[in-house]
Amino acid sequence: MDFWRNPVTDWVSGLLVSWGLSPEAAHVLTAFLAVLVLISVVMVLDIFLVWMERKIVARFQDRLGPNRLGPFGLIQPIADIIKLIVKENIYPRGADKVVYDLAPVLMMMSVLLLWAVLPLSPILFGVDLNVGVLYIVGVGALGTLAIIMAGWSSNNKYALLGAFRQVAVMISYEIPMVVSLMIPTILAGTMGINGIVQAQSTWFIVLAPLACLVFLISALAEMGRAPFDLTEAESELIAGHHIEYSGMKFGLFYAAELLHAFTFGGFIAAFFFGGWRGPWVDQYPMLGLLWFLVKTLIGYWVFGWIRYTLPRIRIDKMLDLNWKFLVPFSFALLMFLAFMHSLLRGTEVYVLGMFLSNVVFGWVTVEILRRQARQERSRVEGARAAVNAGQKT
Amino acid sequence: MTAEQILFLVTAAVMLVAAVSVVTTRNLIHAALWLIVTLFGAAVLFAMLRAGFMAVIQVVVYIGAIAILFIFAVMLTRRELRDRGPQLNPGWWLAAILALLMFSGLVLVLGGWQGLWAAAPAYPSEFDSVQALGQALVSPEAFVLPFEVASVLLLAALIGAVYIAFQRKGKEE
Repeated sequence: MDFWRNPVTDWVSGLLVSWGLSPEAAHVLTAFLAVLVLISVVMVLDIFLVWMERKIVARFQDRLGPNRLGPFGLIQPIADIIKLIVKENIYPRGADKVVYDLAPVLMMMSVLLLWAVLPLSPILFGVDLNVGVLYIVGVGALGTLAIIMAGWSSNNKYALLGAFRQVAVMISYEIPMVVSLMIPTILAGTMGINGIVQAQSTWFIVLAPLACLVFLISALAEMGRAPFDLTEAESELIAGHHIEYSGMKFGLFYAAELLHAFTFGGFIAAFFFGGWRGPWVDQYPMLGLLWFLVKTLIGYWVFGWIRYTLPRIRIDKMLDLNWKFLVPFSFALLMFLAFMHSLLRGTEVYVLGMFLSNVVFGWVTVEILRRQARQERSRVEGARAAVNAGQKT
Repeated sequence: MTAEQILFLVTAAVMLVAAVSVVTTRNLIHAALWLIVTLFGAAVLFAMLRAGFMAVIQVVVYIGAIAILFIFAVMLTRRELRDRGPQLNPGWWLAAILALLMFSGLVLVLGGWQGLWAAAPAYPSEFDSVQALGQALVSPEAFVLPFEVASVLLLAALIGAVYIAFQRKGKEE
């Protein structure tokens, strides 16, 4: 595993060696610098994600959004940050101070760690981990931990309830997420994310659109965004796990949530939409960064679209959706697609065959669901008719 | 000292401190959180041995599932999250002697072993540990039997859990 090896870092470490550092020390120092630069860029990007989010929600709600400070209100997030920083730092009574302070940091960390495996362009990535897909799930576990720490240490019942809900959701939606990620793994023959991008001469959205859908839904649940934002359901829990946080600590939760959405936009781009692939990338590898960012922003916009269009789902319905539909569906899809993949691989009809098998699978699922819904409806209507008949006599 | 050695010493020190804190802290949630630090240290050690798969699985299974389950169990079963009883029981000196004997025995055994001081052989440049592990798990010469037995055991546990939790229709009324 080479960490941050690309022409830029090679140049920097070469420079450091020429200044008299040993090659190993130069490599370690360069790796630290690269991590610092990446995190700084991502955090600055995060500031503008706040602006974007507010503009998107404003358009969906038929408003203008921030438009007073700077062109198109671009300076608004800076003003927000200044406000958050100068706010009073409050510890609730009976809070566990160390854990309380640690939780927002861990939350932000669990998102930033994901950027280590995101391939930004063919030559620009943190590390091409050979277990990249599993790494995403592992880092998601840290996010779960951060939420439970925040909920418990605030010494607030609403916060704890919100944390419990979110943890239940995250643990259960991890299963369809892992299974849906196994489909690109099987199609590409590797768990390394850069390898998966390289294998997408046809984008996997064509070969496995249903897997993309399952991943999208489980990613929404993992991020805790509407329609799955049960952890902060305002009408029931006020604000969920971050209810007691003020100032920049709350800001970190908020920033982590937005960045999480952006990062998962990046993962959807990398797994299903060809990542950095695009025209002229072969000649100019750094151009991949542009394609990747465009695809990621489209993914982010879709997350915003879903968030501001759909109403919140009740917690029991949400867990039903996972255990009774998504888990069996994704397992069946995995087996079916793996079978079709090994059957059709190398033949001329591979792409068409994979796409059509997805269509057939989706159609059969919809038919089964329709039949079940009809049975349920006739059962309910029969019971209601019986009650009505009983009342009349 | 190489960067790797420094990293190992730091990780080992953090793990030791965290492991001692697990048993000395009186706050049960803190104990669970220290346990997570220890388990994470183990994942770091796996990663440093270039066993990336083991490292990630360590985090997913132990931190993502087992530690969270611990925290849930502590929160749901205890009203008072503080342990008030004595932390040592009368047989503590026996355990201490046993631990000391074990440690000195390990030092003796490892001190006479040549491999302790030898440098690890370098990996071939195109070695994919995940692929090797996957093939080992399904090849008859390696671990296919323990792998299948473990799968059956887990499946049995799963079915047993469903059976215990399953409410038969008509019984609840």
